[in-house]
Amino acid sequence: MATRKFDVRSYPGFLAITVLCLTILYVPLMVVAVYSFNASASIVVWEGFSLRWYGDVFVGPESTKFKVAARNSFVIAIIAASVSTTIATLAATAMIRGGTFRYRTLSFGLISLPLMVPEIVTAVATLIFFNSIGFERGILTILLAHIAFCIPFAYLPIAARMQGIEDTYEQAARDLHATKRQAFTKILLPLMMPGIISGFLLAFIISLDDFIITNFVKGAGVETLPTAIFGAVKQGIKPNIMAISTMLLAFSIVMVTISYFVSKSGENNKP
Amino acid sequence: MAGGTAQDNGTQGDTYKEVRDWLLAPAWVTLIVLVLLPVLLMLVYSFLTKEFRGGVIWEFSFAAYEQFFCDRGLFGDEPCAIEWTYINIFWRSIWQAGLATILSLLIGFPTAYFIATRPAHVRPLWVFLITIPYWVNLLIRTVSMRFMLREEGPINNALMWSGLIDNPLQMINTNFAVQIGLFYSYLPFMVLPIYAAVERYNFTLSEAASDLYASKWTTLRRIVLPAVRPGVIAGCILVFVPSLGAFLAPDLLGGAKNFMIGSLIEEQFKGNAGNWPFGAAASMILLTLVLVILTLYARQQARPDKGAR
Repeated sequence: MATRKFDVRSYPGFLAITVLCLTILYVPLMVVAVYSFNASASIVVWEGFSLRWYGDVFVGPESTKFKVAARNSFVIAIIAASVSTTIATLAATAMIRGGTFRYRTLSFGLISLPLMVPEIVTAVATLIFFNSIGFERGILTILLAHIAFCIPFAYLPIAARMQGIEDTYEQAARDLHATKRQAFTKILLPLMMPGIISGFLLAFIISLDDFIITNFVKGAGVETLPTAIFGAVKQGIKPNIMAISTMLLAFSIVMVTISYFVSKSGENNKP
Repeated sequence: MAGGTAQDNGTQGDTYKEVRDWLLAPAWVTLIVLVLLPVLLMLVYSFLTKEFRGGVIWEFSFAAYEQFFCDRGLFGDEPCAIEWTYINIFWRSIWQAGLATILSLLIGFPTAYFIATRPAHVRPLWVFLITIPYWVNLLIRTVSMRFMLREEGPINNALMWSGLIDNPLQMINTNFAVQIGLFYSYLPFMVLPIYAAVERYNFTLSEAASDLYASKWTTLRRIVLPAVRPGVIAGCILVFVPSLGAFLAPDLLGGAKNFMIGSLIEEQFKGNAGNWPFGAAASMILLTLVLVILTLYARQQARPDKGAR
């Protein structure tokens, strides 16, 4: 190919569009991050660097509200991600290591259902469900809705990873008189770990970020970070909101980066 | 986020065949109770009578669907004429989602192609760069877009400083802002499937076309595009479907004039309208629309001659 007069693969302008694409994706986030360090109380003018608004988030007049919302968000995300990852791991084992069976396609359809139904429809349906059985709306309703919604997000990386592990390792363990339980916990599970960690982080971020479903099923007065931020933004974008957003943004990027390197190391260690 | 389609790649062994029902049971129970059953219940609710300020009365009624499709005049006693208010909201949503999809395709295709033609070891890094913003809270991304587009925002300031315009452009609370917001929300969904398709594409085909004196652009149009068509269609669906039911972008960027389906539904449950059966009916219509699109897509995928000619 190098001997050709021109490269048939490359097209003029595609690089420029890629740069434009990354600019559109990143510039708004960077601008918000920069303005969160603005000393001014106005979001229009720049008055120099300051950590004022970060201080405001932690000790300012609205700090109690944000602390409670942050605690709710993280508690819900940790529990929802743990439960949905467990459910997804078991389901993936049945789907990938359970041979062919009649309800396989149906099971797969059910698992991917939350991905196919528009999120706002899931939100409406869940609200109606809790209301009709007289389940009082609060943290528990948010948690249950998140567990169900996170299952496919945890399932996909876990199933993809299990797909890539041949079952000869477990067969060998079984030949050496390991029980099925031992083959699962001592062989399959450790090999699966990168997939499980990716699935967990994915579910965690999805739960932490969710606004629409949470907004529908939360009780009055119960807030998570996204609903609290949404409520505040409706009154206008204030600098302290930009500080919270920047912290969440940094947190998400750290989580994704961890997930990226975990799955990358998983690729290298693949037996 | 929702509106996706997932790939099932088949099985790998049958070690846990005997316990498979027990392994699947938690997923079945959770998803049936918390997703499938609620959706069916929503269908039931759409045929019930509304209670003032939220909730329902358990009495069968077509009122919700009638309100959606039928205009019976000011006093409700005229024969049914077509009610355009809600159909127009749906139509506008389809239009907005469609424009956002075209915008994503115009930017997403060259980006995906460019990334897929990089050396193999740097591709994951490029993909990573494209996916990072997707992991950042959708609300925060929409808010930052609102921050950028507002009247005294950085874009207007930069344009005015450079002397290109004298008065700030009205960008926020326009259709354009909603399209940009939707584009910004779901762009990675366009790039990733196209990237996967181009990566699988056999570039000797392009070389053959070039040897036969096809120009670069003819090759792109006649050879590359048909070959990666499944990826392009998947990308379009992954952007269009969630855009259709989006709530945050129209709400935070579009203002009251640019109402979309998501806001219409939200208003019935969280806002002042408080008409649950009507909200359930609108949700059912949206769900039907999405399922029709996904079914057509699945049919198209199942056809033996998908993609390349």
